[in-house]
Amino acid sequence: MAIRSNLRKYGMFYLMMLPGFLILLVNNYLPMAGIVIAFKSMTYQHSNILLNFVDSKWVGFENFKYLFKTSDAWVITRNTLLYNSLFIVLNLLIPVAFAIMLNELRSKFLARFHQSIIFLPYILSWIVVSYLVYGLLHDKNGFVNTTILPIFGVDPVQWYFKLEAWPYIIPLVNTVKNVGYYMVIYMAAIIGIDDEYYEAATIDGANKWQQIMRITIPLLIPVMIIMTLLQIGRIFYADFGLFYQVPKESGPLFPVTNVIDTYVYRTFIAMGDSGLSSAAGLYQSLVGFVLVFLSNWFVRRIDKDSALF
Amino acid sequence: MEAPVERAPSRPVNSMSPVGEWTIKIIFFIYSLLCIFPILLLIMVSLSNESDVIIHGYKFIPSKIDFSAYKFVFSDWESIARAYGVSLFVTIVGTILSLIVMALYAYPISRPDFPQRKFFTFFVFFTMLFNGGLVPWYLVYVRLLQMKDSIWSLILPLVMSAFFVLIIRTFFSTTIPSAIIESAKIDGAGEMRIFFRIVLPLSLPVLATVALFSTLNYWNDWFLSLVFITKEDHYSLQYVMYKTLTNIQYLTQHSDAIAHIGGTTKFPSETVRMAMAVVGIGPIIFAYPFFQKYFVKGLTVGAVKG
Repeated sequence: MAIRSNLRKYGMFYLMMLPGFLILLVNNYLPMAGIVIAFKSMTYQHSNILLNFVDSKWVGFENFKYLFKTSDAWVITRNTLLYNSLFIVLNLLIPVAFAIMLNELRSKFLARFHQSIIFLPYILSWIVVSYLVYGLLHDKNGFVNTTILPIFGVDPVQWYFKLEAWPYIIPLVNTVKNVGYYMVIYMAAIIGIDDEYYEAATIDGANKWQQIMRITIPLLIPVMIIMTLLQIGRIFYADFGLFYQVPKESGPLFPVTNVIDTYVYRTFIAMGDSGLSSAAGLYQSLVGFVLVFLSNWFVRRIDKDSALF
Repeated sequence: MEAPVERAPSRPVNSMSPVGEWTIKIIFFIYSLLCIFPILLLIMVSLSNESDVIIHGYKFIPSKIDFSAYKFVFSDWESIARAYGVSLFVTIVGTILSLIVMALYAYPISRPDFPQRKFFTFFVFFTMLFNGGLVPWYLVYVRLLQMKDSIWSLILPLVMSAFFVLIIRTFFSTTIPSAIIESAKIDGAGEMRIFFRIVLPLSLPVLATVALFSTLNYWNDWFLSLVFITKEDHYSLQYVMYKTLTNIQYLTQHSDAIAHIGGTTKFPSETVRMAMAVVGIGPIIFAYPFFQKYFVKGLTVGAVKG
């Protein structure tokens, strides 16, 4: 009876949600059921995936043991964590600094102009960015080798083989691409700060620097913390486009450019090893899940409304 | 009557010192130049002569303007046109479909009187916390749904974004007064009617923002083509750009292939690469000035509302 009246009253709601629900089921929840693939040694004799699944041998934690025996597991974890940590720091310092500086410009036109240019890289795809980096770093023709290095009398460098350079190149590229996004958010937050604070400070004789340190930054800290914690929650997930496209799949660079996401992709698609790949994928999903939970718990303690849940 | 405040005639009281102001201006002048420069370099090289490039490398100012790279790119214009077509179709259909599906899902969970509200909210939210990984996801699309090479495999995975759904839901619940919905129900309106006639028109800001970012997502996507498409006629534009960068490399690294085209010097590989990039980026850069302020507005409102 309750179901009947429920359907009558809310039947339309269920209908409305049906397409989205089905898509989520197929795109997100069905694959979740598939994590058991990590515990099997998949064979693909049949064309029907379910038959394949049932037929494949259960190997328990074999795939995981194999994964963590390789030095790869350590390398990709280290790379993912170190790069993401660095990105978090850079995504905090530089956009905040830029936002504060731009806000101080007297010419609003100039501020908007620069904001437009700085935001532009964010909307470019990683393919485009990889082209731009290529134009600069190509070993024979790249702008750096043909024009910049000769100024300092330095010989051309084979950038796409030079390991030591990429821990610098990658954060640089990532920052330029994303700084605009965060800068816009912080600028919005700054504009929201009441002018009266600054007026009162001026009357009390505070100079610019003091105003920034004592008013602007403290009032920005909530936003900064939330943006940071949201990123920490995703610290186990790397930006696939950045690490796959920009280094142009150069094998020799893998020790510094391979992250968990690229590893999962390469072992599955390129090597066809679904056991290793799904083990790595599950490893990422589980650790990622715990981290999101933890970071959300922290956000909750600071500002309940900003928490995801 | 208050005494008038003494002010420097040309500057308000609380502005930056001239030194500080100029430092900031210089910093941003340099940084903006840094952002723009690689794009300009690309354009300049694409207009250069290939042999100049081989001898001198990528120079910012070409010694002579040469359109042969573009001639080459457009001699194969069909594959580019097709890639554009695929990307346009996927982007337009994907964005519209995505908006409708997501708004339809977000509305019931924004209504406090919906009994299963918590369940369905969690259902979409959980996908932000945990996923099954690349392998099962790929197998679902390729083996279970048999969608390999289908153009819908470029659309479907991006339709439901938990993040956007929750943003839309929050907008619905905070901006649409329940009084309006109540009075509509009293007037006898059905839920669909309420949704389309009242809720949607009031939600244009959030829908516009989601549409904008959704469009960007679809247009920039290359991963779905990489993973699902093997037939050339369904490659997205970004993916064709990606293949061009690596394929021409293939050509320059395997000398017997080059012999067919008449030798390295005949094949303007470097400039063609750049021309390809310009053809791919061009529309975005062109459209950017018009849409930029909407991106900023969308992010700004989001930041303020939290």
